[in-house]
Amino acid sequence: MPDYEAVIGLEVHAQLKTASKLFCSCSTAFGSEPNENVCEVCSGMPGVLPVLNRTAVEYAVKMGLAVNCEINERSVFARKNYFYPDLPAGYQISQYESPLCGPGHLDVETSAGPRRIGITRIHMENDAGKNIHSSAENVSYVDLNRAGVPLIEIVSDPDIRTSEEAVAYLKGLRSILLYLGICDGNLEEGSFRCDANVSIRPRGQAEFGTRAELKNLNSFRNVQRAIDYEIGRQADLLDDGEAVVQETRLYDAGRNTTASMRGKEEAHDYRYFPDPDLIPIQLERAWIEKWAAELPELPRERRERMAAEYDLPAEDARILTEEKGLADYFEAAVAAYDAPKKIANWMVGEFLRRLNETHTAAEDAAMGPESLAALVALIDKGTISGKIAKDVFPDLFASGRAPEEYVKAKGLVQISDAGAIEAAVDAVIAANPAEVEAYRGGKTKLMGFFVGQVMRETRGKANPQLVNELLQGRLG
Amino acid sequence: MKIPPQEAARIAALARLQLPEDKLALFAGQFEDILGYMDQLGEVDTTGVEPMYSPAEHATVFRGDAAEKRVRRDDVLANAPETDGTFFVVPKIV
Amino acid sequence: MSDLISLTLTGLRDRLAAGEVSARAAVDACLARIQATEPALSALITVDADAARARADELDAAGYDPAKPLWGVPLAIKDALTTKGLRTTCASKILDNFTPFYDAEAVARLRAAGAVIVGKANMDEFAMGSSTENSAYQLTRNPWDAERIPGGSSGGSAASVTARQCFGALGTDTGGSIRQPASLCGCVGLKPSYGRVSRYGLVAYGSSLDQIGPLTRTVEDAAALLAVIAGPDAKDSTCADRPVDDYAAALAARPDLSGTTIGLPVEFWGQGLDGEVDERLRAAVDTARGLGAKTVEVSLPHSKYAIAAYYIVAMAEASSNLARFDGVRYGVRDAGAEELVDMYARSRSAGFGDEVQRRIMIGTYVLSAGYYDAYYRKAAQVRRLIRDDFAAALAQCDVLAGPVSPVPAWKIGAMTDDPLQMYLMDIFTISLNLAGLPGISIPAGLGATSGMPVGLQLMGRAFDEAGLLAVANTLFKALPDAGLPRAVA
Repeated sequence: MPDYEAVIGLEVHAQLKTASKLFCSCSTAFGSEPNENVCEVCSGMPGVLPVLNRTAVEYAVKMGLAVNCEINERSVFARKNYFYPDLPAGYQISQYESPLCGPGHLDVETSAGPRRIGITRIHMENDAGKNIHSSAENVSYVDLNRAGVPLIEIVSDPDIRTSEEAVAYLKGLRSILLYLGICDGNLEEGSFRCDANVSIRPRGQAEFGTRAELKNLNSFRNVQRAIDYEIGRQADLLDDGEAVVQETRLYDAGRNTTASMRGKEEAHDYRYFPDPDLIPIQLERAWIEKWAAELPELPRERRERMAAEYDLPAEDARILTEEKGLADYFEAAVAAYDAPKKIANWMVGEFLRRLNETHTAAEDAAMGPESLAALVALIDKGTISGKIAKDVFPDLFASGRAPEEYVKAKGLVQISDAGAIEAAVDAVIAANPAEVEAYRGGKTKLMGFFVGQVMRETRGKANPQLVNELLQGRLG
Repeated sequence: MKIPPQEAARIAALARLQLPEDKLALFAGQFEDILGYMDQLGEVDTTGVEPMYSPAEHATVFRGDAAEKRVRRDDVLANAPETDGTFFVVPKIV
Repeated sequence: MSDLISLTLTGLRDRLAAGEVSARAAVDACLARIQATEPALSALITVDADAARARADELDAAGYDPAKPLWGVPLAIKDALTTKGLRTTCASKILDNFTPFYDAEAVARLRAAGAVIVGKANMDEFAMGSSTENSAYQLTRNPWDAERIPGGSSGGSAASVTARQCFGALGTDTGGSIRQPASLCGCVGLKPSYGRVSRYGLVAYGSSLDQIGPLTRTVEDAAALLAVIAGPDAKDSTCADRPVDDYAAALAARPDLSGTTIGLPVEFWGQGLDGEVDERLRAAVDTARGLGAKTVEVSLPHSKYAIAAYYIVAMAEASSNLARFDGVRYGVRDAGAEELVDMYARSRSAGFGDEVQRRIMIGTYVLSAGYYDAYYRKAAQVRRLIRDDFAAALAQCDVLAGPVSPVPAWKIGAMTDDPLQMYLMDIFTISLNLAGLPGISIPAGLGATSGMPVGLQLMGRAFDEAGLLAVANTLFKALPDAGLPRAVA
């Protein structure tokens, strides 16, 4: 059995967060009532004409700049002709021979080290509406709210070799889009979509094998699983002496398989031609330069800077910069209380766990960065113990209450008065003569038992360090 | 240029037209004449000539990114052959 | 026939302004004329009588407004332009039940200028044709001879104006569809430069070729309509952001043609012209010389390729533009289909006439994989060469002059069996749409043999409608006025 190498290319569609659609002034707001954000233009009525949204172009160019693409000063919109109910005009306005952005690249980190993934091109196009199928009634319902929303299509070179690389690349692209503030990056909701072209070839062979296009990859996990499945499927075919068919395959998350869509689709002849209703985009150098100057600090730069500036371990820096909101939160917290490593620990642990559980973004958390910083400060000052802090964290996270006020109100202030602790220590020693004897007889592991008992006696509020010291002193 | 019947049928399908046999045959014949006439463009030397897809020569036209709701849903749906008042309704997509 | 009807548009406009005539009287006169002539003529698909009267009454109640340059003037609109709240069919069955909720920009401007829309004019279906015989609704007859076609695709507009049903009409011109019916019916028809008038609301046929323009009885009338509809529109990216010239002033400033050089393209004046057409046109050129114009021979060497290039481009664009007629969101849907693709095919095949289906198929073909370079791209290259030909020719003269149609109006049914033969009738008008330049047809009298109108075409530089209209007006006034058409007298 020959050793196969996978060759993967990814096509990403990202919805741009403009206020209005690409070619008309209807709102792009998600979640509106069906067909409320529709006009004669985006519903393809007779005689209507498209007019280009300048901000959409700006966003698309900024993405191109962020992934090191050549920006083509002149690009042309072309009609992609096919029939479908969610495509009102019977054609999509896209770009074909002359896209907005030429070749670029994205560097990603993988377990096998850094990899540079080439980007072939980025172009602009308008989104289609939504069909909602009702098999019970033998009809489909068409909602055109989404028809006309601006998209960029980012096409990678077939440089990706593993599903891990694919996911790293996708996460990297998504992160950049979020840092730029031009896309919501939501794979599940569809503001960030991915199709994968997968083929395999015997290692060492220069020619590409026949590729299959995978669709319905609506989570990073599914991207990884679908690609792995497909590689295996194609390897099995070739091992059996069969050929891989060039086709589109739908991923089935339930079964973890891909299935051919053959029979559901015809050979597509899109008959691309330049859209005669639109003037080619001619960008001025000055605009590109201005937009380049407006680019924010991008994920990789921020990660490297934060790691250096705050002396953070690489992995922490990576986690904290994966979402811009999280990175902003971190730096705001550190600005409020200068304990970057401790703040990082809390964020990478407790805070992030709760964010994930509640599907909240850092910037939307009730517990603001000053509060997190204040909590860390309270521990440092000895006002509460680390354990108490962990116990009350869920409450603080959910309520957003100021830690100092909360801790006082709940009477959780740590007891650091030696006299008070001594009393508890004496009580515990008096109540457990057998254990005292065993300890003094050599079972030093029982210290943990005594500490636990003193903590219980003080309802967890004793300063653990002091408890230890006092117990050592008393027990000898 | 000869257009075989299956080619004419392929084009009709692409264009979502359903032509009866006799019309398809009639059209195929007419296409041969018309496309044959168009073939004379091959005589013209167009080396180095930039295609001109539109006479419009002005600068790119842009629009500002302000959203506005100009049209009521009722108007959007008013001409729909089938609607439930909220969606356009179409026969199932097989 | 009411005296009012014998007025020109500008004549009526002046009477209305002077308060000698009410808006209602003008509309009533037109509606009466429509009622009297429509049974024979069949120029209008929809007559909007009640709304027109109501609008006229509204105008009269508010009083004459000098800020509205077309106050009270009744006009017809080719049914290819959307009219808010008024059925718009493009003479196709597929839009039999379509009522737009938006006006075409040109229509909106006319309304804002105080004009009153009396009806929607018949046309070849989706503007595809040169005789108006491709209408799915009715056959419009030439006002000079009921056995002959009015030309197309704006045949209804030309017939309506010439028969005095209205004081002017809007038509559309993609390959000659304003100029040719104007020529065949004996009225004035202007195709402005591409981008001079907004295409918003013009149901697209050939997007890079289409323009909206006036059909009127005089050049002055045409200038008055153009002044209202021309100018930038934020809703049309292909509409040029250029100011509109003062056409009326330009007309007034040209009493004769001394200092004007008229170019005569050799390719347009050779063989192929019907004898009586040739005679009328040469006489017209002589008249121009009599007014002081110089003539010079020029050449448009790529003329013979214009029809091929045009039809490739027009049909390709049309095949895409007409994809939206799928029975999903508007228009007629075939009720029998149980499944989507079937629904599309049935609705479109039942809703589109043969000529439309033919052009969609050829357009689909020339864009399809493997043929794009040889046909569509090649045609676009030839298009540039044709445009360059015009630029070179117009560097030697002020305007070009030539025929509009090789023959006068032909008999109904004479060319319907051979589509290619019909396409070849566009030989003199088509290059102008490829080049995006303005052109106007003015009546040059009646042919000696057929007694049918013959039009002379004048062609000008891009966005120089002022210059073109001025020359056309001076010549128009010196050319014979054929009077009221025989068949609708």
